[in-house]
Amino acid sequence: MSEDERPLLIAEALKKAFGRQIACRDISFSLHEGEVMAVVGESGSGKSTLLRLLSMQTKPDAGCVRYRMRDGVTRDLAALGEAELRFLARTDWGFVHQDPALGLRMAVSAGANVGERLMAVGWRHYGKIRQAATDWLERVEIEAARIDDRPDIYSGGMRQRLQIARNLVTQPRLVLMDEPTSGLDVSVQARLLDLLRKLVAALKLSAVIVTHDLAVARLLSHRIMVMKAGEVIETGLTDQVLDDPHEPYTQLLVASILQP
Amino acid sequence: MNAPAYNFAYLDEQTKRMIRRAILKAVAIPGYQVPFASREMPMPYGWGTGGVQVTASVLGPNDVLKVIDQGADDTTNAVSIRKFFQKTAGVRTTTDTREATVIQTRHRIPETPLAEHQILVFQVPIPEPLRFLEPRETETRRMHALAEYGLMHVKLYEDIAHHGQIATTYAYPVKVDGRYVMDPSPTPKFDNPKMDDCPALQLFGAGREKRIYAIPPYTQVVSLDFEDHPFERYRRDDTCALCGSTDSFLDEIVTDDSGGRMFVCSDTAYCEGRRGSDMPAAPAPGEGKS
Repeated sequence: MSEDERPLLIAEALKKAFGRQIACRDISFSLHEGEVMAVVGESGSGKSTLLRLLSMQTKPDAGCVRYRMRDGVTRDLAALGEAELRFLARTDWGFVHQDPALGLRMAVSAGANVGERLMAVGWRHYGKIRQAATDWLERVEIEAARIDDRPDIYSGGMRQRLQIARNLVTQPRLVLMDEPTSGLDVSVQARLLDLLRKLVAALKLSAVIVTHDLAVARLLSHRIMVMKAGEVIETGLTDQVLDDPHEPYTQLLVASILQP
Repeated sequence: MNAPAYNFAYLDEQTKRMIRRAILKAVAIPGYQVPFASREMPMPYGWGTGGVQVTASVLGPNDVLKVIDQGADDTTNAVSIRKFFQKTAGVRTTTDTREATVIQTRHRIPETPLAEHQILVFQVPIPEPLRFLEPRETETRRMHALAEYGLMHVKLYEDIAHHGQIATTYAYPVKVDGRYVMDPSPTPKFDNPKMDDCPALQLFGAGREKRIYAIPPYTQVVSLDFEDHPFERYRRDDTCALCGSTDSFLDEIVTDDSGGRMFVCSDTAYCEGRRGSDMPAAPAPGEGKS
C-alpha cells in the first residue's frame, strides 16, 4: 500500500462519558489525506466532544486515536508526550473554533497572530515572518494594509478568516473545525465557505468539520457522519446521505432545512 | 527602637533556611522561577519585599551591604532598606560598589564591573516574562516546562510592527543558559549585557509573586531578538553633566520649569568616584536623607 493510501487519522471505538452522561459511544472512522468529513447532529449529540477527543484535548475513556506523522509512521496519540503533542498541534494540525476569540490573541496585531506559529517553530527573521503573514492575509482576503490592526477591531467574518490563516500558516495536514460558520450572517458565511472550499482543495487538507448546518456539510464535505445522543447513526457520502437519508433522525434533520 | 529584639537580619532562622533552599534550587536551575513562602515584611509590596527577604537570607555579620534604587544610593527606597539592615543586622554599609559584598538593587546594575565575591540581589515586581501575553499562570508554567517560547517573540514582533524597532527598553527578556526565558526585572536593556558571563551571583526576589530565580556566576545570558533586528543596547547619546562620562547610563533631570534639563549618571557612586574625593561624600551609615 503506498503512503498516500493509508489513512491519515484513525479513530477506534472512542468512548467518553461525563458522569452518567455518555457524550461519545464507540465511534470509529478513518480519514484519508485530502478528505473532508462533516459531523452533523443536534446540540448535545457529542460532536464537539468528538473533536476534542480527536485532538487529545480530552482523554477518551476507551478507544484510541492514531495519526500518520510526517515521517510516515502511524502512532497512537495517547502514547505521545505532551511536548510532542503540542508540537503536532501547532505545526501539523489546525483547530478552528466557533468563536474566533478563542483561537486568536485579541490583544496582538493580525500579523503577529499569523506569525505566532512560525515563531513557535523557530523562525527568527522578522522580514520573512512578516512576508509570510502578508501572503496569508491575502489568501484569506484580508487587505494587507490591516496587518497591524488588532483582531478586536475586525468584523466577525474577518476574525474567522484570520483564525483560518493563523492555523494554515504552518501548512498543517489536518484541520479540525468546530462550527466555523455559525454566528456569521449568511452572506459572510457564503464567502467564508467559498474560501474554505478553495483552500481545502488547493492545500489538499484533510478536515473534520463539526456543524449543525447541513448546507455547510453539503458544500464542503465528501463524507458525512450523523450523530445522535453520542452515537453515529448514519455515515456515507455526503450527497448520498443528504439526498437519500435512511435513518428517521437523518430524515428529520434533512426535512427541517428551511427553504426560502 | 530596640534593635536586639529582632533576630539577625529581621527574619527568623527557619524562614531564612526556607528562602536559602529556594535560592539553592534557583541557582541549580538558572532562570527558573522557584516558588517560596514569601513573608510579610515591614514595608509595602512594590518597595522591594522580595529583594529584602533574599538579602536577609544571604547576609552574614561580616558582609558589607550596598543598596541602590534606580542606580542611586541616596533615594528613599535605598536609604530605608539600608537603614533597615543596619538596625536589624548591624552590618557595615557602603556606597562603594567595589567594597560591597552584597548589593541589593532596584532596576540597575552598577557601572563598576562586579567580582566573584559579590552577590547582586534584584527586586522584582513581576517575575513572569510571558504574563502580559498569556495571563494564565498554569499555561505559562507549562510553556516554561516545554520551552515553548514562540510567544515571547510575538511581543518583539509587535514592537517592530508598531514602532519600526524593538521598543522594549526595560524588562527586556533574556534566555538564561540556553534554557529558561527570564524577565531581568525592570532594569534598562542597557544593563542586559552585564548579566552575561558575570562573575557575581545574581539573585532575583519577587515578594508579592512569591518567586525567586537566579543567574549563577559565569552563566550565558542572551537577550532575545530577530536576525534582522538584533538586540541593541540603548543609551542616550550625551555626556554626564557632573562627571563627563560618555558610556554610563544617564538619567534626565529637569532643572526648572522652562525646559531646562541635564543628564547625569544614574549610578551615583560611579559618578562620585569619577569626580574624585573633593566631591561631597555619599550619606554615611545611619544618616539617610529623610
